[in-house]
Formats: sequence, structure tokens, C-alpha cells
Amino acid sequence: MTEEKFQKRIDREEKIEPKDWMPEGYRKHLIRQISQHAHSEIIGMQPEGNWISRAPSLRAKMILLAKVQDEAGHGLYLYSACETLGVSRQELVSQLHSGKAKYSSIFNYPTLSWADMGAIGWLVDGAAIVNQVSLQRTSFGPYSRGMVKICKEESFHQRQGYEIMAQMAQGTSEQKAMAQDALNRFWWPSIMMFGPNDSDSPRTGNAMKWKIKRKTNDELRQEFIDKTVNQAEIIGLTIPDKDLKWNDERQHYDFGEMDWDEFWSVVNGNGPCNKQRLNHHKKAHDDGQWVREAAKSYSQKKELIAN
Amino acid sequence: MSENRTVWEVFIQSKNGLAHKHVGNVHAEDKIMALENARELYTRRNEGSCIWVVKSKDIISSESEDGEAFFDPSNDKMYRHPTFYTMPEGSKYI
Repeated sequence: MTEEKFQKRIDREEKIEPKDWMPEGYRKHLIRQISQHAHSEIIGMQPEGNWISRAPSLRAKMILLAKVQDEAGHGLYLYSACETLGVSRQELVSQLHSGKAKYSSIFNYPTLSWADMGAIGWLVDGAAIVNQVSLQRTSFGPYSRGMVKICKEESFHQRQGYEIMAQMAQGTSEQKAMAQDALNRFWWPSIMMFGPNDSDSPRTGNAMKWKIKRKTNDELRQEFIDKTVNQAEIIGLTIPDKDLKWNDERQHYDFGEMDWDEFWSVVNGNGPCNKQRLNHHKKAHDDGQWVREAAKSYSQKKELIAN
Repeated sequence: MSENRTVWEVFIQSKNGLAHKHVGNVHAEDKIMALENARELYTRRNEGSCIWVVKSKDIISSESEDGEAFFDPSNDKMYRHPTFYTMPEGSKYI
């Protein structure tokens, strides 16, 4: 099959399955995007895992445990989808460890107070949902099916975060200040989760042509901001952007310039927690080595006995 | 030692009486681990009443690229469909 025939299938909104012919560029783009997405889910367990032992109530602790477990699950759905493209799990993990594969920069920021659990659920999961809802229509079948499953599970994540923010915003003045502080720290990194502006995003063209992405970075960012402003107002918190203003003509919110120098600096490894996150993942992986070996030996031994 | 574990495809019956449906896969060393991993990964919200796991390499699939030729023979047998037949005017319940 030629590239032209492939494009016709895409244009007809057909889903591409792992055994179908696909251009090498399509396969490569998918492996990069899906593995980055998977790594983000897995690394994303760390900032929240940090608060499980210090959750302020049993209810909060159970919720946080369930959320972190979901994130492990979402990472696994995505690794599975990625593996259908002919890359092994081991290879994916080693790309993460070598720094060849990236994960979302948002997880390189520290979680300093309980309010950060609120901000992460509300803003970080909120931004992820906007992205993932649009990716349910991605052209690669296994990725699309994974997204459908993830979206079904994810909306509790955002609601539990917003509930924490709402409660703290209505609490004592210290609690409200903590909530505002968390919003201040997480707002800009959250809206930068959608990636560079379309004009600076060289891969967007192919991703849109192949319908891997269905909306551009800027479209998704605008959608997220438009949804979120009102939610902040309702709970009496202020989004830290003095240029944020409803534009009647565009029917969207205008917003201020993002600090792309900071964004690239964090992507390139210089965020507050980059080292810590990767080292923790490597250590957990190495510490689990004996478990993997034991499981393998046990199954081999059982097979010997059975034969 | 190779770290690549066996991949198992997972099928879940969402409710008693319904067919099992493919939901994804898991990595596991043996069938019990595969079943337990599938339970942890795919039924955190009461999604199932029964799980099947089967080694991915044991699944035989038709090739999607010659799908047309493979399924073609069923196209020219319209007489397999009830709408092929002419019923006498006025006949009911058939």
C-alpha cells in the first residue's frame, strides 16, 4: 500500500490497526507520543504518592490511593497500545531512563502542601482530560480505545481535586491562602502542558494530517482556559494572569504570555524535581528486579514439573 | 536474562449471559499471574463477572490487508439474508 492509499483511509476516518501498513513517520510519531503519554502517567504517580501518608483524613487517603492506582493502570493501557507498534516494554523503560523519551514537565514541580493535591487534580488532570477527550478520536485504533477507557476513569480525578480546592478556599484564611498559592504555582505549568504554540510546534502538521492529533496545542489550551476560569471564580480563587479577560469578539478568554524559557529549561532537565523523579523510577525498577526474576524462575520450575 | 515477559490478551464478560469482549493485554509469567494482573488492571470498577486470558502468540488473526478477498465469498450469497425472499402479499408473522 502506498502512502496515498493510507492517507485516503485516514481521510475516510478509518482506524488504523497494528498489522495495517503505515508510513514509518506515522509509526515513529505514535511511539514517541504514546510512550511520552505512558511515562507521564507513571511518573505522575510520584508527586501525589508523596502525600498518601500525610492525607488529612481516611477519606482523602483512600481517594488518593485509588487515584494513584488508576494512574498506574493508565500507564499500562498506554504501554500496551505502544507495544502493538513493535517496541518492547523494556525498550520503552530504558528510553525513559536514558532521557531519550520525555514525560510531561508538569511532574517536575514539587508538591509542597495538601492544596497541591487539589491543584493537580483540578488543573493537571483537567488539562489532561481536555487533551484525552480529543485523542479518543485519534486514528490509531489501540490508542483510541485506550483513551476511551482512560477518559471514563479520569473524571473522578478532576472532581476530587476541585472538591479539595473548593473546601480549602472556604476554610480558614490560612487554608484559603494555601489553595491560592497552589493555584499560583500550578496555573502556568498547567497551561503549558499543551505544549508550544502551534507556530513553534514543527510536528503538528503531520500529526494533524494523519489525525493522530485532532486539535492543535493552542486550540486545546484555549478550550481548557475557557472551561476553567469560571470554576476558579465560583470558589473565590484568582487565576494569576493579569491579562486574562473575556474577548466578546472571539468568544474566548484572552490570556497572557507564557514563559517558554522556563518551559524548555524544565523539559531539558533543569526543573526542580527532574533528577528526583527519574532517580526514584530507576530505583523502584532496580529494586523490583528480584521480583521479576523470582516470578520467571517460579514459572519455569512449574513448567518443568508439569512436563 | 531476558526481561520480556509473556503478553496475554484479556477478555472480560461484563455481565452474566453476555459474550466476553477483548479489553487489552497484560504482561505475566504464568496464567495465575496473568489472571490476577488482568483483574487489577481491567476490573477496578466492577467491569466484569468473568475474565479470560490467553497468550497473545496463540491468537491467529486474518490479515487485514487481504481482508476483502478473505471475506469476499460471503458477498455473493444474498440468499442467506431474509430480505432475499418474496413473500406472498398479505402474509403476516413471517
